[in-house]
Amino acid sequence: MGETGVTDSSTLRIEMRGVSKTFPGVRALEKVDLQLKAGEVHALLGENGAGKSTLIKIMTGALPRDEGEIRLDGHPVEINTTADAQALGISTVYQEVNLVPTLTVTKNLTLERQPRRFGLISWGRARALAKQRLKRLNLEIDTERLLGSYPVAIQQLVAIARALEDDTRVLVLDEPTASLDANETELLFKIMRDLKSLGIAIVFITHFIDQVYQVADRISVLRNGRMVGTAPAAELPRLELISMMIGRELAAVEARLATSKSEAGGEPVLAAVGLGRRRTMTPFDIALRAGEVVGLAGLLGSGRTETAKLLFGAIRPDSGQLKVDGKAVKRFSPGHSLRYGILFCPEDRKAEGLVGELTVRENIMLGLQAKRGWMRRVWKDEQKRLTQEMIEALAIATPDAEKPVGQLSGGNQQKVVLARSLVAKPKVLLLDEPTRGIDVGAHAEVVALIRRLCAEGLALLVASSELDELVAVSDRVAVLRDRRKVEEMSGADITRENIIHTIAGG
Amino acid sequence: MSKLKWAGASVAGALMMFAGTSAFAVTIGFSQVGDEGDWRPAFSKDMQEEAKKQGIDLKFADAQGKQEEQLKAVRAFIAQRVDAIIIAPVVVTGWDQVLKEAQRAKIPVFLADRDVDVTDKSLFVARISADFNLEGKLAGAWLAAASKGTCDIVELQGTVGSAPAIERKKGFEAVVSQFPNMKIVRSQSGDFTTEGGKKVMEAFIKATNNLKGICATFAHNDNMQLGAIQAMKEAGLKPSQDVLMVSVDYVPAMKKALAAGEANASVELRSAIGKYIYPVVTDYLKNPKELPKWIVIPSDLHTAQGM
Amino acid sequence: MRALTGHRATWPLLALVVILIVDGIIAPGFFAIRIVEGRLFGTPIDILYRAMPIALIALGMAVVIGSKGIDLSVGSIVAVVGATIAWRIKAGDPHFVILLTALAVGILCGMWNGFLVAVLNIQPIIATLILMVSGRGIGLMINLIYGGTDPSFESPLLQGLSVGSIGYVPTRLILFAGLFVALWLLIRRTALGLFIESVGGNAAAANLAGINARLITFSVYVISGLCTAWAGIILTADVHTSDPVSVALFSELDAILAVVIGGGSLAGGRIYLGMTLLGALVIQTLATSILMSGLPPEYNLLVKAVVVLFVLLLQSNNARDAVFTLFRRRKG
Repeated sequence: MGETGVTDSSTLRIEMRGVSKTFPGVRALEKVDLQLKAGEVHALLGENGAGKSTLIKIMTGALPRDEGEIRLDGHPVEINTTADAQALGISTVYQEVNLVPTLTVTKNLTLERQPRRFGLISWGRARALAKQRLKRLNLEIDTERLLGSYPVAIQQLVAIARALEDDTRVLVLDEPTASLDANETELLFKIMRDLKSLGIAIVFITHFIDQVYQVADRISVLRNGRMVGTAPAAELPRLELISMMIGRELAAVEARLATSKSEAGGEPVLAAVGLGRRRTMTPFDIALRAGEVVGLAGLLGSGRTETAKLLFGAIRPDSGQLKVDGKAVKRFSPGHSLRYGILFCPEDRKAEGLVGELTVRENIMLGLQAKRGWMRRVWKDEQKRLTQEMIEALAIATPDAEKPVGQLSGGNQQKVVLARSLVAKPKVLLLDEPTRGIDVGAHAEVVALIRRLCAEGLALLVASSELDELVAVSDRVAVLRDRRKVEEMSGADITRENIIHTIAGG
Repeated sequence: MSKLKWAGASVAGALMMFAGTSAFAVTIGFSQVGDEGDWRPAFSKDMQEEAKKQGIDLKFADAQGKQEEQLKAVRAFIAQRVDAIIIAPVVVTGWDQVLKEAQRAKIPVFLADRDVDVTDKSLFVARISADFNLEGKLAGAWLAAASKGTCDIVELQGTVGSAPAIERKKGFEAVVSQFPNMKIVRSQSGDFTTEGGKKVMEAFIKATNNLKGICATFAHNDNMQLGAIQAMKEAGLKPSQDVLMVSVDYVPAMKKALAAGEANASVELRSAIGKYIYPVVTDYLKNPKELPKWIVIPSDLHTAQGM
Repeated sequence: MRALTGHRATWPLLALVVILIVDGIIAPGFFAIRIVEGRLFGTPIDILYRAMPIALIALGMAVVIGSKGIDLSVGSIVAVVGATIAWRIKAGDPHFVILLTALAVGILCGMWNGFLVAVLNIQPIIATLILMVSGRGIGLMINLIYGGTDPSFESPLLQGLSVGSIGYVPTRLILFAGLFVALWLLIRRTALGLFIESVGGNAAAANLAGINARLITFSVYVISGLCTAWAGIILTADVHTSDPVSVALFSELDAILAVVIGGGSLAGGRIYLGMTLLGALVIQTLATSILMSGLPPEYNLLVKAVVVLFVLLLQSNNARDAVFTLFRRRKG
């Protein structure tokens, strides 16, 4: 960046004009224009399937465009491969971490060009280079540990460190904060501000509206493959932004959210007494009742996922008891839980939630089929009917039920995970980060869905890092800290401030 | 027939006069390749039994198919100061050093079965083995006689590139080429297996319109020939009557086939060859003189009529 | 979905047709079928007939590969099954019992593989390598039980199943059709196929969806063992002898190849039974064609490699695109 030395913030760094892209059966982008100034953080917003990822992939050479042109610093450029984009100083950090977890941090950071001495790789210099790259992000970690041994948040920061080159002119961050906690997010924003002062144009894709206003200079909104508009962040009120994104009056959205919290009582459907596992989760008590939502709050790594998995039998407990309808569970496995009517929607869709090669229909049928056993296959007509029902009920955006689920956008994949559980007619539903990485519209739909299910008499557990979401849906909230349940609050005590206070350990 | 047999047997036959006459106890180290296949375990067993019969103290070492084991075994024999060493080599190369060590210790080395590739041929006394080439020649000669020198032949080769396949083919062709009206019209590999022989013969039957004009089948081993016999029977042909069947090995199943009149001839690959090897060694120990570098163990040809 | 299935079969079918056209040119009478000894006789019948063992093994392999596994031990299982048959016949068991014993041996081998992979979590390639290496030795040891000098035998029942015929049709074709339909029903008309594919696609996700991934993984190796045992019965009875050292040598590679030619991916997640059968037919057609061609045997492997490469390139979208692009540039 020293070479170009351009810091004039009014200069157009990169410009995309009239870009269109069609996938089989889907018009992904329709004559989209996007202008990025040098030294700005430009938020790119839109619902799932709006075309954000496609637009970014075209900018970074991961996808060919059907028409349109790209100009870099005023000159037309040809970007046909990711290598082209990198050579032009356009770097990307994709939504799903694209690193090799089984290699060390050093090796991940020097994957494409290892420093060599006498034709051999010099690991000493590689380590130094890795340290230097991490230093830009003020990240001090052991570079010789395997990347996979670090939390997702650290992996994300390593991915950013890897993407940054000395000559980076455009940096694309695709949902970089999806798995970061507040401190890490603040650190990232500081880094983004530093980078923009060097004249780098930063594209920031996110679903967190708060964060947009914290860091973005300008905002562009995509909807259904078209550019709805671009405006300076300071001149765009939140409500207007959200209606630009979802394309309908906000009142309707809020009305859906306004269903009242349910009143629950009676015997717990699922009760854990002293349930725990050494080095995973300190023994805890928790009870879920029909028609009740229990929230699980806590920082990343506080044991939210572990708690849900212990309740589901995916992690085998070594102490305590789990009771379903008052009867003690003897064998712990997902298969057994399923037969008790307990279902689990994992946080990490790609790794644990879905089978990417299988179709939407097949994925949705997995849970029900597992419950029925392999001998009693659900007939094809029934499968189609149930799938169609779910697609309509959850508004899953897919051209048809036979599309491989891996080709759907993130939010729709999340809905498929939900659909899979719902089809199996659960009594207890354990949701781990049900709104992770999904857009505002889908977010509201999922929250509304949680409430509807609750009203239908389901017992729900919602583990989430979004406090507002927990406050909105929960009848009770269990707060976790350092793999220990520290507090359970209910009713009027459930406030954002209270939860933060408890998490902080006051 | 007896003439052909005699050709191979002449050298060893002369030496056999000394068999059983060894008056003093000798110690011989024998480094064997391993125990793959049917033939080699039978060979090992015979070497041990024959040694007992002849009053030889045999030190037997199984190299499990590895040359390094074999080198270790040979060095151990040298250290034990055996009277002679017999090696059935795993591979042909890499022998110079250890053979020099044996020479320095004045222990004579004999090779059984396979050959070695050394620059200085004086490093070993002699190689004693059957001659694949001769087996091919015997089969060819029998066929020339049986067909009176006029014959279109289909050939079932062994595994491509293996020594027996190469040498048996060469020997057979050497004889056949002497007769202008004998020729190999089709040749394919059946990989020395019954299944392979059957598959190839099925294809030959289709490709030659039921072996029309074919007078003989030459197979590089009995297993393939047995497969070919099955294929012919299934196609309604009569092996040994419609087509002459000659092969190599003389395994028990081939004895049955010969007895049943489904095959005509098979050249025996002997596994009981201790009685040919030990006399050469003991005689040399008594009277060390230059021997021919290759002493051929005779091959017998067995025919259906001979049973 | 229908269109997609048609599309998937296009390229392997095209390859098969091309090989057959070449055969028709180089070997007149290639397609002639007559009745000899009361059964159908001719090269096309030979191809079907000879393809059956490898097709059976490949079907089991397709199921294993669908679960993201691999079974390298199939050739050795054939060897053990063959040795067991020869041994029990010498021991004088009723031949019907021997048939069941042979199938049980295959299932047992499959259970061993399944145990290593599913219970001990050993990677499939290593786990099945163990039986691949030891199986032929076990076969030799079984041969030693009765002396092993003459492992040939006669069995009207087993030979009837292998080389006999019902009406004009070879028995093994009829039995294969039966087994193929049974396997297809098991995979596609129960949920087993879906479970295997989900375990192959993403074992962690399948497990969290409530599927017993361990049991499913175990079962695929048993299925493979059973299919292979049937192939072992056919191969052993075909030549009515037991040859543990070389029977079905490299059959695991041909089976994997058949699955891949049929569009299966070693990354797992999909089972294509019909396509695998097509793949096995391509391989056997090629093998028979080479035998018919009269080429010296030194060319066998080379010809096979070149044709297989060609078939796989046909299947690869990237390769096809590259060729079409090149063609277009030439024109332009």
